[in-house]
Amino acid sequence: MALTDDDVRRVAELVRIRLDESEVKPLGEELSRIFSWIEALREVDVAGVAPMTSVVEMQLREREDAVTDGNCRDRILSNAPAAEDGHFVVPRVIE
Amino acid sequence: MPSDLARLGVVDAADRLAAGDCSAVELVEACIAAQEAARNLNAVVADTAERARAAAVHADQRRRRDEARPLEGIPVAVKDIFCTEGVATTACSRILDGFVPEYESTVSARLWDAGAILVGKTNMDEFAMGSSNETSRCGPVRNPWSPVDGPSLVPGGSSGGSAAVVAASAVPAALGTDTGGSIRQPASFCGVVGLKPTYGRCSRWGIIAFASSLDQAGPLTRSVADAALILEHIAGFDPRDSTSADLAVPDLHTALQGDVRGLRVGVPSEYRLDSLPSSISDLWEQGIAWFRDAGAELREVSLPHTRYALPAYYIVAPAEASANLARYDGVRFGARSMGTDPDELYTRTRRDGFGEEVRRRVMIGGYVLSEGYYDAYYLRAQQVRTRIAEDFRHAFQDVDVLLTPTTPSSAFPEGAKTDDPLAMYVNDIFTVPASLAGLPAISVPAGLDEDGLPLGLQLVGRAFDEVTLLQAATVLEAAAGTFRPPAMAA
Repeated sequence: MALTDDDVRRVAELVRIRLDESEVKPLGEELSRIFSWIEALREVDVAGVAPMTSVVEMQLREREDAVTDGNCRDRILSNAPAAEDGHFVVPRVIE
Repeated sequence: MPSDLARLGVVDAADRLAAGDCSAVELVEACIAAQEAARNLNAVVADTAERARAAAVHADQRRRRDEARPLEGIPVAVKDIFCTEGVATTACSRILDGFVPEYESTVSARLWDAGAILVGKTNMDEFAMGSSNETSRCGPVRNPWSPVDGPSLVPGGSSGGSAAVVAASAVPAALGTDTGGSIRQPASFCGVVGLKPTYGRCSRWGIIAFASSLDQAGPLTRSVADAALILEHIAGFDPRDSTSADLAVPDLHTALQGDVRGLRVGVPSEYRLDSLPSSISDLWEQGIAWFRDAGAELREVSLPHTRYALPAYYIVAPAEASANLARYDGVRFGARSMGTDPDELYTRTRRDGFGEEVRRRVMIGGYVLSEGYYDAYYLRAQQVRTRIAEDFRHAFQDVDVLLTPTTPSSAFPEGAKTDDPLAMYVNDIFTVPASLAGLPAISVPAGLDEDGLPLGLQLVGRAFDEVTLLQAATVLEAAAGTFRPPAMAA
């Protein structure tokens, strides 16, 4: 299974990681090597096998629909790279 | 002698403290001094000495007032992946530069509630992605077993700093996390005990997420009894983790007293790789003999889908990682690389903030989850995972515990595998299957190879049967003895 240059550019865009054009080809080759190793999974007969959705057998719990947290704006903002007047600061979104 | 105090294990230190033979202040000072002396290992990334000293004074006061808790005054180092309130936590990634959690992870909070004291945040592979601790933005960790004048050997990973600091006797115990072997593999490489509990046994709340269906916290210690004691205090139900198991935590201490006559120990034939070094297959045979001598019954078992575990893991774990790591956007916390619009801010922040291996895995994950590929990769991998779990379930109808090697090699030199991701991934070949099935597993130091480097044997138990697992582990420990790095022996 070989990834094309376009595959690499597409995935990089999906996961929001900037790539230099010079990195596209080597990265594609490396990922292709990893994916051809993963291809081994095609040998497994999975007809009718349910995908694992719960690691240990358990029922998902329900909880009261109640507020248990909050009023901690400043504590949350304390880790922001840029904050002003109780808000996160980002580059201009609308021209 | 302070340095002698740092060599105490958890159980012994607790006894000494209770008997009044030493104080928490002395014990904590001894560990701080030992970590300082072991600085060349680069195992500790955040200095917690001042807090630890204050906590030790407090612990001694409680003891004088007869208010000592079970782990009162016991120093514990914590992997940098656990959020610790007020102490910088970065998962050894540039993208979390400057992050100081406003909250404490459940597992570490339970330790402090039991009286333990944080002494050192430990180095790790970035976001726990690695098997050698070389992907850390804080630099590699030197394995304490490295030859004194020779090249640095890796401590394994991703909990490399935790394994190294325990092996160097600079703390009685450390917390790690294990996603595909990240506690057990470094434990094997450093000659210490590493326990991955059953998925759901310990809360994941407040642990920086890598792969949520695999991540599990556990202890690294110098004895099985110490691992049991730490597990007892970190395990248990937590409503803040939706996959936390609402089960009582057994008295693991009492469990260690039991004997193993009649215990059925399985040996999976698929783990007998042709490529296995003879030192490891010989040690495995030795382990089988130890169990036989202890009165256990040995049985060959088959886990037919073993060879598909690693490829399935390298779909499931990166897929979950790409989703979990989507939160690092340079807006709410951590480092930011500026851009003229939000999209440029995201892509530059993530480019600059993530290291090479993390970028690689996020790309793999993004690819297998993308439109048109989901069924072929992610869905199929989760079906294979069901097959792997069935293999174990089937085997556990005939046996109580499985015995395997922990790793396919002993510690290797720094840089030996950094250019070949696949060669690095193969390190986890024996540890990943139990992770995919959510089963508890432990690595116990069992011997040394021809180069004098430690090797562990792994035991895998039934879900939530840590009691039998730990019981069996004591057999290996009693037969093999304990191991200290030669440089530390003096």
